[in-house]
Amino acid sequence: MSINVIPQITRERILELAGKGRRIDGRFLYQYRPIRIERGLIKKADGSAQVSIGSTKVLVGVKIETGEPFPDTPDQGVLMVNAELVPLASPVFEPGPPNEDALELARVVDRGLRESKCLRFEDLCINPGRKVFVVFVDIYVLDYDGNLFDASALASIAALMDTKMKPHRIEAGEVLWLEGEPSPLNLQHYPVSITIAKAGGALFVDPSLEEEQSVDALLTITMDEQNRLCAIQKGPGSFTSEEVFKSVQIAKEVSNYLRESLK
Amino acid sequence: MGYRRIDGRAPDELRPIKMALGVLDKADGSAYVEQGGTKVLVAVYGPREVHPRHLASPEGSIIRCRYHMAPFSTQERKNPAPSRREIELSKVIRQALTPAMFLELYPRTTIDIFAEVLQADGGTRCACVTACSLALADAGIPLKGLVASCAAGKYQDQIMLDLNDVEDKGCQADLPVAWLSTTGEITLLQLNGLLTEDEFREALSLALKGCRQIYEIQRETLMNYYMAPAKELVSEVGQEGSK
Repeated sequence: MSINVIPQITRERILELAGKGRRIDGRFLYQYRPIRIERGLIKKADGSAQVSIGSTKVLVGVKIETGEPFPDTPDQGVLMVNAELVPLASPVFEPGPPNEDALELARVVDRGLRESKCLRFEDLCINPGRKVFVVFVDIYVLDYDGNLFDASALASIAALMDTKMKPHRIEAGEVLWLEGEPSPLNLQHYPVSITIAKAGGALFVDPSLEEEQSVDALLTITMDEQNRLCAIQKGPGSFTSEEVFKSVQIAKEVSNYLRESLK
Repeated sequence: MGYRRIDGRAPDELRPIKMALGVLDKADGSAYVEQGGTKVLVAVYGPREVHPRHLASPEGSIIRCRYHMAPFSTQERKNPAPSRREIELSKVIRQALTPAMFLELYPRTTIDIFAEVLQADGGTRCACVTACSLALADAGIPLKGLVASCAAGKYQDQIMLDLNDVEDKGCQADLPVAWLSTTGEITLLQLNGLLTEDEFREALSLALKGCRQIYEIQRETLMNYYMAPAKELVSEVGQEGSK
């Protein structure tokens, strides 16, 4: 994968401004770029949502199919999260199988959804050990201007909120599809992810692409609506433990705002 | 603390740890770490020429890191092809080590780090980071400090240090951490599972405590390995002198 080239002068400016508590695009430290969520764009999917944070754009489609459960959880449904860094999204994305960045993105979003227990996996069982519902969450990055973690996590939970299942009955380990209106999935929790950047001694949220490429370190925290931590992923760089605890405080403050945007 | 774990440890107790340096002949640096039943072997090659060459950077050395589990390392045979998990962990381990390195010293080169898990018994990524840091030191690559790594977690509602395989598989949360000895900064931090803010604070402090203990063992291992020949020499010279 080729590299995003950020001019040295921009990089220095970002670090210098951060030291004074300011941002290159005029934002406050704890301010997101404008967030837009559109739901139900893809009628063929069981649920979908497109999220833009600034000019970063991520589309997520949810499909529910039947399949086999994992051997260690025979009576629970399966969640599969996949991410595609589609080549149309950036000059640095190349066609081909998912690279480490795409895999990491999918796995961090997966952890947030899974550990928050937002889906009731036991409700997705059809025939224990043989057949369960498999919820596929496919993340499609359409325009890459930084902070894919937060955009993808937000789009994923928004798409799950939009997901509807056709009415059905389970009889003798088989699904019987019935007539009628589809009903939404029963979500238990609403995890959102907050990415915090460290630069020039300051911490700020939602780094844009040029900020992401310039900062000293990145940390992504996923929180549910009760402010419980469900996933953390440190990116490049390093943090002191004080900075980590401060990041958790920032995430707590900002997560409500992100969750508001889901309403 | 009266709580005893399935293997008899206290909640804040590490498993027995063994470390060895220079265990491989051909590698520029190598290390072996055992932590309870987890056994990992790491080789470092480089700084050396980059192939393919377009990956090289004039600004400094690149680091390539591969975390891989042997097919026989787990209960059920693991497919030797790199899994999604292994690819993610390779990246995370690389990012845990990078803050300790002076990459600008070796432009247009690569430092290749190969970490093999020979037996997996919980905490493999942490054992790999610990071993990688030792292998880099063994390769004579300048470091800002050693990187020591250890996980804390929540199992049966109890926050505990250094989860073994059984605890790891049944845990409510797993928090692997790596710590750079000289600056005290955290270079690896992941969380998988649900923790309240207070539990997170407790687990992170516990993991850092574990990292410090592991660092002491790393240091001792390095000192023993590199100081032993010097001591021998000194004692030999001493004997010559007394003749």
